[in-house]
Order: sequence, then C-alpha cells, then structure tokens
Amino acid sequence: MLPAESDTVRRIVEDMKGRPGPLIEVLHSVQAALGYVPPDAVPILADALNLSRAEVHGVVTFYHFFRETPPGRHTVSLCRAEACQSMGADELAEHAKGRLGVDFHETTKDGTFSLEPVFCLGNCACSPAAMIDGRLFGRLTPERFDDLIAERQSKTSGPKQ
Amino acid sequence: MSAATVYVPRDASALSIGAGEVATAIAKESSARGIELKLVRNGSRGAFWLEPLVEVLVPAQAKNGDQQRIAYGPVTVADVASLFAADFLNGGAHPLCLGPTDAIAWFASQQRLTFARVGIVDPASVADYVAHGGYQGLRRALSMAPEAIVQSVLDSGLRGRGGAAFPTGIKWKTVLEQKTQQKYITCNADEGDSGTFSDRMLMEGDPLCLVEGMTIAGLAVGATQGYIYLRAEYPHAHRALNTAIAAAYQARYLGADVLGSGKRFDLEVRLGAGAYVCGEETSMLESLEGKRGEVRVRPPLPAIKGLFGQPTIVNNVMTFASVPVILHQGAEFYKNFGMGRSRGTLPLQLAGNIKRGGLIERAFGVSLRELLYDYGGGSATGRPIRAVQVGGPLGAYIPASQFDVVIDYEALTAIGALLGHGGIVVFDDTVDMARMARYAMEFCAVESCGKCTPCRIGSTRGVEVIDRILGGVESERNLQLLENLCETMLQGSLCGLGGMTPFPVQSALKHFREDFRARTPPLKQAG
Repeated sequence: MLPAESDTVRRIVEDMKGRPGPLIEVLHSVQAALGYVPPDAVPILADALNLSRAEVHGVVTFYHFFRETPPGRHTVSLCRAEACQSMGADELAEHAKGRLGVDFHETTKDGTFSLEPVFCLGNCACSPAAMIDGRLFGRLTPERFDDLIAERQSKTSGPKQ
Repeated sequence: MSAATVYVPRDASALSIGAGEVATAIAKESSARGIELKLVRNGSRGAFWLEPLVEVLVPAQAKNGDQQRIAYGPVTVADVASLFAADFLNGGAHPLCLGPTDAIAWFASQQRLTFARVGIVDPASVADYVAHGGYQGLRRALSMAPEAIVQSVLDSGLRGRGGAAFPTGIKWKTVLEQKTQQKYITCNADEGDSGTFSDRMLMEGDPLCLVEGMTIAGLAVGATQGYIYLRAEYPHAHRALNTAIAAAYQARYLGADVLGSGKRFDLEVRLGAGAYVCGEETSMLESLEGKRGEVRVRPPLPAIKGLFGQPTIVNNVMTFASVPVILHQGAEFYKNFGMGRSRGTLPLQLAGNIKRGGLIERAFGVSLRELLYDYGGGSATGRPIRAVQVGGPLGAYIPASQFDVVIDYEALTAIGALLGHGGIVVFDDTVDMARMARYAMEFCAVESCGKCTPCRIGSTRGVEVIDRILGGVESERNLQLLENLCETMLQGSLCGLGGMTPFPVQSALKHFREDFRARTPPLKQAG
C-alpha cells in the first residue's frame, strides 16, 4: 500500500468511526476510493475501530463485493443466476471468458478488464444481464458483448487500437 | 401553449435496454426543433417487453377534459425523429403508438395497490408523490394511537412479502409491547432472488412509498431510527433512495418533528456487500452492525432482541410499501383483495425465458397459467415452457402439469412449492434440470455463511453426489444418498438457505427424473 493510500484509509476511518456498526460502511468507502481493500489496510482499520485484525479480515473476506487486489480499469460483472441462465447466460459467460482470455475473478494481463460473476442484478425480465462499471446492460448477445468491450478497449488504450 | 410533458423511465432495467439514450435523443431533437418540453424521468410501468416506453401527457383534449398519457414503445434512438415528425407530443399516430397507457390490456387487468404510483410519478418529487395520494397514510397514522395503527395492519391480513409470509401485525405488536428506550425499523432490501425485481422497481420508481411505510412503522411501535439494508448490486436504487430521503427531510416528512407532530423518525440507507444470505433477517442484522453476515440462533426473535440488541422490526420492501395504502384506505379495503389466508395483492415478477416479462400486481388467486400465457405470452424462444421456478433460487421447480395452481401461499405449499418473493422464472424445453439441481447446491455452497454444518458441508457434498449420478457412478445408490442429504439439510439447517436449497433439488428429482441419467461428458463446473 502506498503512503497516500494508507493516509486515505486513515482519513476515511477517522471520519466514520463514530457511526453505529461502521465497519462495512468504512470498507465501502475504502474500496470506492482505492478500488480495493488492501490487506495492509486491515491493521489500520482494526486499530481505529477497536476490533481484532481477525474480525476485520473476517468481514472483508465474507462479502463477495470486497476485493483484496486492485481491479482492472473496467469491471465486467456477468449475472450467473437462474433467470439469466434460462436465456443463455452460460453460453455468454463462456464467450466472455474466451473474448477476454480470463476466467472469473481474474483481470486481463494488460489490466484493462476484471471479470466477475454476480448473482442477480435485478434485470431478470431482460436477461441475460451484465454490469460494467456500474452501468447495467440487458438482453445481451455475444455480439453486443464484444461491442461493449471494444468500445472500452479503444477508450482505454487510445488511437492505437 | 405550455410545454408538453414527456416521460422516459430511469428504471435500471429500462436503462439497460436503451432508455437513457432515448431520453438524450428526445432532448436533443426537441431543442433542434425549438420545441420546449418537460422531460420527466419516471420509474418503469413494469412492461419490460415495451421498454423503453415513452409516454406523453397529452394536453386536456380528452372528452372528459382529463389529461391523458399516451404510450409509445419500444422506442429506440432511431425512432425519435419520426416520433417528432408524427407529432407524438400531441398523441400523433405512429407505428409505435400503443394508445392510452392505462388502456393497454397488460396494465388494465392488473390491480395495482403497492405499485399504484410506480412509473407514474417523478420519484424524486415529494410534491408529485403527495399529488398522487402519497403521505395520506402517514397523516392518518399521526392521528391514531400506536395500538390502533398496529391493529389496522393486523386487520388488513398483511403477511410478510419477503417470503416467509409471517403476519406483519403480529410482528409489529411484539415490538410495540417491548418497553425499551431504543427500537429500530429495518427494511430488508437485499433482493437477491433471481427472477425478482419488484423491490428494485419500487425503490427506483416510488421510493417515498417505502419511506412512508417505514415512517408509519416507526410511529406504530415507537421507533425513531430506520435503516434500509440495500444490496450493493442496486446502485440505481441507492441513488433514488438517497434522493428521496433527502427530499423527505427537506419537506419535514422525516427528521426530529415529522409534519409538526413532535415525533422523530430518521432514516438512512446501508449498503450490503454481495452476500445472498444477508437476505435472511438475522444475518441482515449482523451485517447492519458491520459484521460477517452469519445467521443468529433464534430465539430471541429480532422483535425482542434485534439490531444492536434492541427490539427491531424487520420487513421486506414490499411489506412496508403495502402499509401506506392500508392506513390510507383502511384495513377492510386491503383485506377485500385476495383469497383464503392470503389477503391483499402481490406484485409478481415474470422473468427469464418469457415473451412479455415484467411486473404484474394482482390480488392473490390468479393462476400460474394465466400469468405465463395471458400476461407472458409463452416463452421468449417460442418453445414449450417446461419448468417454472417460483420463489427464487430456493423455490421448487414446477412442471407444466401443475400450471393451474393459483398464486396463494397455502396453494403453493400444498404442491410442495413456495411463493417466496413472487419471482417466476421461466425455462423452455431445452433446460437441463439436473444441471439446475446441481446449480442450486453449488449456489448454496458459494453463499453459505458457514455457521451450520448441513448447509456448509451438505451443499458441497450435494454437488459431488449429483456429479457422481451424472457420471454414472452407482447412480441408484447416489440418487438415494441425494434424497437423504436433502432431508438432512432440510431438517438440520439453521436458516432458510440450507433449509430450502433442497426444494429445487427435490422438485427436479420428482418431476424431471429423466434428466438425472448418466451422461458423457460429465457436467462442467459453472461460474
């Protein structure tokens, strides 16, 4: 963790520690600021919140949403739940893995995309669904998926692409 | 002439299929043509097969002098110029014109009580909410004794809409009877079931209805603090709720002195972090306290010892959102909808492989067949519907031979199924039911909080046993083992996650046993 990052973590926890049951709120803020919850942040949070490191680590690892490694520049979350499966989510997932060259929970080597599974985005009448950087997409096809990826690839890597 | 009003939904699902781009295109086209218009970003009416659904409030020319909303859909960016050319701002004819929105059969036959304002009002506006009957329930409640409010909810017959169907009034009464300084109102908005989106739609489309319901609950039991536990997968709902709550504070519907009554009610949204089990009420309370979402052993019930050890109401979004209409129109009014012990209406969600998916609010008693074929129009792929999963990932799979079952808590229980949160996921005849059964076990293994053994270990063993069956390893013996394992999880788990995961598995075994034959190559691991 960079010194600037640990300063951020300290500032966040100082701001929020007076709230009732603050740990998850603090972790959300840390992840919003840094993109992830660095393992080195755990002792800082434990100390400030008067919890054991084990308790903080236990919370970070319990919840799927918190990540302990930096994400790619874009996070692609594919819905894996039943409604989306009924409309070809499994095939879409295979396609996505092939297109990006990574499995779930992995980030492309160039750091552009992280691929994550998600269990329901509440878009079940427009399946299959995905969320990219907080934007929701419905009725996805492999072709549309490729377009969405290509748009982000060219934006990220400039005119070369 | 005053500016025309155009409605383009900001509902997450509508946005996911282009509503945002359509709104931008309409704004651009109108300014290019020098036409002034008021663009309202409403919630969705719930007919996702017609989204993006654009509505125009046609100036008072209708026979009775009332303004009317004319619908156009599904609209794409490419249609926008032609809509202007067809004078859609005055309800002009166009191939996408669907006529008055309220007259569309899919809406006209619904009975919308909880969703009365969703898709109609501007979700961010207290004034619009009040203009459409909002906060009438709260005003009534402020003139009543706490006991009378609780009695109203009790008399309405309202049962918890999250899935467990426990009588809401009894839960409230228990909290009312506790003599402590601090009590809490908590809303379970961790809508994790696949095939459900009614909570999301309401929170995005009429968030003040939830705010009002929770405020009434606070008055009823003497609680001054409310929390909405919202899943992190719903960023759009998060923004809509925060906007609505800020507006409610501004207009003094929340805060230290609700409508000058001298009574306090504060409300805030807390985000979950992607754990399905946190939809279980005690796990949700742990998570609200900032801890791992591990299920608590009951008793004590949350109504006696809940959030931070204090008496706490835990209700689902739909439950709280049903309360304003009960207080406003009276318990009798609400109770007159429904059948048997299932009173009122239920927002059903038609999802998955369905032609006309969306939200259908009807009184209890509508048949599954009517929903699937009259509303839904059959499968999206045009193939026969083979199975329907009602009530989320822990709900049973219902075969076509049972589609005449009616939507009622007891009727579904009688065929070994459950209603849950009212989600209906449709599968056509290409579905592999052994794969779905395996998925149920796999999901449970991923999402188990780990506190009790039948759920934590049983789910993993379940995946392995199904793999052996499909791999042709002692199939008959392993089928028997799977049945036994289901029974153990059902009887021995601490909460509904492990205790209900057997339902989809057992129903698949019972109704679709032919899918459990050995195959090559064996099933691949999903996600």
